[in-house]
Amino acid sequence: MRRVAIIGVGTTKFGELWDKSLRDIGIEAGIKAIEDANISGSDIDAIYVGNMSAGNFINQEHVAALIADYAGLAKRHIPATRVESACASGGLALRHGFMAVASGIHDIVVVGGAEKMTDVSGADATATLIMAADQEWEAFVGMTFPGLYAMMAVRHMYEYGTTKEQLAMVAVKNHRNGALNPNAQFRREIDLDTALNAPMIAYPLGLYDCSPVTDGASAVVLAPLEMAKKYTDTPIEIIGSGQASESLALHDREDICTMKSTVFAAREAYKMAGIMPSDVDVAEVHDCFTINEIIATEDLGFFKKGEGGKAVEEGLTERDGEIPVNTSGGLKAKGHPVGATGIAQAVEIVYQLRGEAGKRQVDGAEIGLAHNVGGTGATAVVHIMRRVN
Amino acid sequence: MAIPRFWRHIGSRYNLVGTKCKVCGKVYFPPRDVCPVCHRKSLGSMERVKLSGSGKIYSYTVIHTPQKDFEMQTPYVMAIVELDEGPRVTAQIVDCDPSEVHIGMRVRAVLRRIGEDGEGGIIYYGYKFVPERTSAKGAQGHLSVK
Repeated sequence: MRRVAIIGVGTTKFGELWDKSLRDIGIEAGIKAIEDANISGSDIDAIYVGNMSAGNFINQEHVAALIADYAGLAKRHIPATRVESACASGGLALRHGFMAVASGIHDIVVVGGAEKMTDVSGADATATLIMAADQEWEAFVGMTFPGLYAMMAVRHMYEYGTTKEQLAMVAVKNHRNGALNPNAQFRREIDLDTALNAPMIAYPLGLYDCSPVTDGASAVVLAPLEMAKKYTDTPIEIIGSGQASESLALHDREDICTMKSTVFAAREAYKMAGIMPSDVDVAEVHDCFTINEIIATEDLGFFKKGEGGKAVEEGLTERDGEIPVNTSGGLKAKGHPVGATGIAQAVEIVYQLRGEAGKRQVDGAEIGLAHNVGGTGATAVVHIMRRVN
Repeated sequence: MAIPRFWRHIGSRYNLVGTKCKVCGKVYFPPRDVCPVCHRKSLGSMERVKLSGSGKIYSYTVIHTPQKDFEMQTPYVMAIVELDEGPRVTAQIVDCDPSEVHIGMRVRAVLRRIGEDGEGGIIYYGYKFVPERTSAKGAQGHLSVK
């Protein structure tokens, strides 16, 4: 297996991008990434696109070929592949790009993630997002996507004494980080009272416990590590990649306070990287709802099961804490364009490891982790990256 | 939802029909063709069983921002119910105040209207759960559809 590096990254601003289409944002992110990598279109051997549901959001399927086309690559006839695993589509696209380069099949691969979510009403977006869960046996009977995570939160509170205040503290922290991210959807801080007194979505999750509906795209350029120095002085190596699955429906799991997919994907990634959770300097984790940041930081091995809530309260996940989590603002404040999220997480880790994260820079970050979840955890993807010295 | 898509699950939606693996004895809902414990050995040995509909709440939430077509019901309680036979099922909890609902609460299945396919389409019926109150009339602890 060849060693693989990220040699370029790019992202659009995240938010309600009324003047831009899916193809616009896909191209914008891709072009920024190839400019950052100092390559041109003729260097690209293949592209992968993470996208959850263009068919429902913009009535358009076949979006990998579409984006390759509008990137001006149709006449080069390179392979263009869409990867779908709900909200983990971006992370999974990255893994497929990584495997393609590691295997020797391709050298230069552009992996993008894109989602255009605001061309439909909020109700239609909600109806599309619940498709990540079990349509027949969860959605049919009236369940919503926030409702599923809310049931995890209720059980986590029951088992471990996690509090609604601790959930709110995740949102407050992530808004504080998002305020420092020029590409974030919400660039403002909120206080604990605002989060706690927000309208209820699904008890115990209020509005600020939920990530927003977002348009956005992000992209990375991958190359074999031995070629990376030709393009950049700051290659970031992908030293671990893990993926795991789990039952689609939440009710089929023995314990809903843990995501076994996260546990297994992380185990595989840590093993490949040859590191321990305590070696991670900065992490982007899948906080689609505040409870999932708490569950994920436990499942990734940063904290013992049941102690994720307390860890937030004690400031351990702050930028200057023991393990800074979601310095980008996370899905909560940066925004959550579902298919783009996994790539956006990798982009933030690359900024951190290159020392280019500006005011949200974690001092001396050398190893970073990105954790991306599909649905309620039927898919999880974990990548570990390291600065190449 | 297309009519056949609803129709093919009527047994499970009206009568809580699941499957039991004849190899290991484990019960599943909704029905499965392959037992996740016995894998290939279970092929052809998954028999249909009607579940009692009695169980207890494993976790729950109160939905304030609903899915389409559930707007008139908010706030409504959704839960994962652990049935006495073992499997867990996601369902609405009705006929009680949301503040009464708690983990461990005993509930039983009833047949209720779930939704409808527009004005001229079919009406979907299926299971919801109500508190298991011993004094309640007709509390036989299971669904009964003739």
